[in-house]
Amino acid sequence: MPLLRLHRMQSSAAPEAAVDVAGLVKRYAGKTAVDGLDLTVARGSVTAFLGPNGAGKTTTIETCEGYRAPDAGRVRVLGLDPRQDAAALRPRVGVMLQSGGVYPMARAEESLRHMASLHANPLDVAELVALLGLGTCGGTPYRRLSGGQQQRLALALALVGRPELVFLDEPTAGLDPQARRATWDLVRRLRADGVTVVLTTHAMDEAEELADRVSVVDGGRVIAEGTPEELCRGGAENTLRFTGRPGLDLESLLKALPDGSTAVELSPGSYRLTGTVDPQLLATVTSWCAQNGVLADRIAVERRTLEDVFLELTGKELRP
Amino acid sequence: MSSGTFTPAPGAAPLPRMIAAHAGLELRTLLRNGEQLLLTVVIPTLLLVLFSAVDIVDTGAGARVDFLAPGILALAVLSTAFTGQAIGTGFERRYGVLKRLGASPLPRSGLLAAKTCAVLVVELLQVVLLTVVALALGWSPAGLSASGAATAVLLLLLGTAAFSSLGLLMAGTLRAEATLAGANLVFLLLLVGGGVVVPLERFPGGVGGVLELLPVSALSDGLRDVLQSGAGSAWPQLLVLAVWTVVGSAAAARFFKWE
Repeated sequence: MPLLRLHRMQSSAAPEAAVDVAGLVKRYAGKTAVDGLDLTVARGSVTAFLGPNGAGKTTTIETCEGYRAPDAGRVRVLGLDPRQDAAALRPRVGVMLQSGGVYPMARAEESLRHMASLHANPLDVAELVALLGLGTCGGTPYRRLSGGQQQRLALALALVGRPELVFLDEPTAGLDPQARRATWDLVRRLRADGVTVVLTTHAMDEAEELADRVSVVDGGRVIAEGTPEELCRGGAENTLRFTGRPGLDLESLLKALPDGSTAVELSPGSYRLTGTVDPQLLATVTSWCAQNGVLADRIAVERRTLEDVFLELTGKELRP
Repeated sequence: MSSGTFTPAPGAAPLPRMIAAHAGLELRTLLRNGEQLLLTVVIPTLLLVLFSAVDIVDTGAGARVDFLAPGILALAVLSTAFTGQAIGTGFERRYGVLKRLGASPLPRSGLLAAKTCAVLVVELLQVVLLTVVALALGWSPAGLSASGAATAVLLLLLGTAAFSSLGLLMAGTLRAEATLAGANLVFLLLLVGGGVVVPLERFPGGVGGVLELLPVSALSDGLRDVLQSGAGSAWPQLLVLAVWTVVGSAAAARFFKWE
């Protein structure tokens, strides 16, 4: 089973972990939302929690934020218990909820100033407003902001207190591509400045772009964990495509390739090889082409994406 | 912003600063809200003017405004501490504001203190405005003794506490829309049946005796004893308000749902 080659979750956490969740179980009215979930987040890292809606991402995050009491398992945030030590944790942790959380009547900048005034060393509100591109709508009541502006304000509210750790629940949901890029840049800056970031997403490109480590969640459990590289490299095989003259003798090609490789002519002149695609294999293919007088055109090595990984792990589409 | 902008420097502001900041936000959003102002300022003022000028209800011997002014002051407290607070908090809950604040450094006790501060400031504005209007309408309050003045302040504060606890109980247990409808309905019913503009003696049989136990009746009665009759104390009414406060606070603490 190729999955076994994936880097699996380590349940023993280093003591300095920013977030340490082990065996978390959470049920709502008999329905199990989180079912023995493990998560370790190193300080200063960006961790993406990737999975479809209903996978248990938000429940896990909200348990870490102290909103929910676990039915079983252990949750430590910055070494503390999110519920017992809530008063000590709240100033140190920034929270962006999936939606809402702001007075609809309050103006954008007013909400930010209010949140800033609850903290000892807040960021400069005017700078934060400019950085998030909210300058033109600082005086607009929250309810009249666009969806993207509301998202960015919620993000700003999570950051203004200069937290050590931020939980961002779908920070780019509903953003246009530019705003999405701007948010990604911001997350990278947070990381550069030493802030630990835990974000949920169901966009694989986001996880690939931002995360040091990705936890793939489904059915309330972490089904794979690792760096985006590890996840995409491990497990199933990669693909090499090329085009050439139709009707090549693939049998002779396969003899030159390692065992377990496959080759098909998808349509006349369009070929697909699968197997362990490494420099050696590429060299074998091109030299075989040279021997057979084939001008291999448009050679493409395809890496797996997190979406492929997810499909293999669950047989489900990642996007709900 | 340069690099290092987000370098962590966490910490909560001192509690008094947090409370002041939050009370300020509550107050500003309250004063900017047209519906709230209608409820807390326009309606009590209109009722005071209308019922003083026109002989709609038999308010007994003496100038009508002398009976009405204490009742309208009680109504003002009801409108802000109960109705306004219930509706405002109900929608804060609905919009996730309470949830988000729960993850901020402001503790729940601080949130409650800030809400109370905002309510008291609005009430102060109401009392000043309504007193000026009542005086203009010919109100001649009884000469206040020191103990009478203290009793009046105590009545207003205990009334605020009782109404606040009941308003928060409603906001924390019902859906926002139900709270909106319910809080307005209660306001209307108490306006009629709470001794605000209609003397409780006008109600038949034992009904008046039961209505006296309502918090708004206790507040308006107590204020009337002090401001109209010149009494130096109003212990029975204070007792009624204290019981409502204890019951309301206990129920709110037990049943309030933050999200």
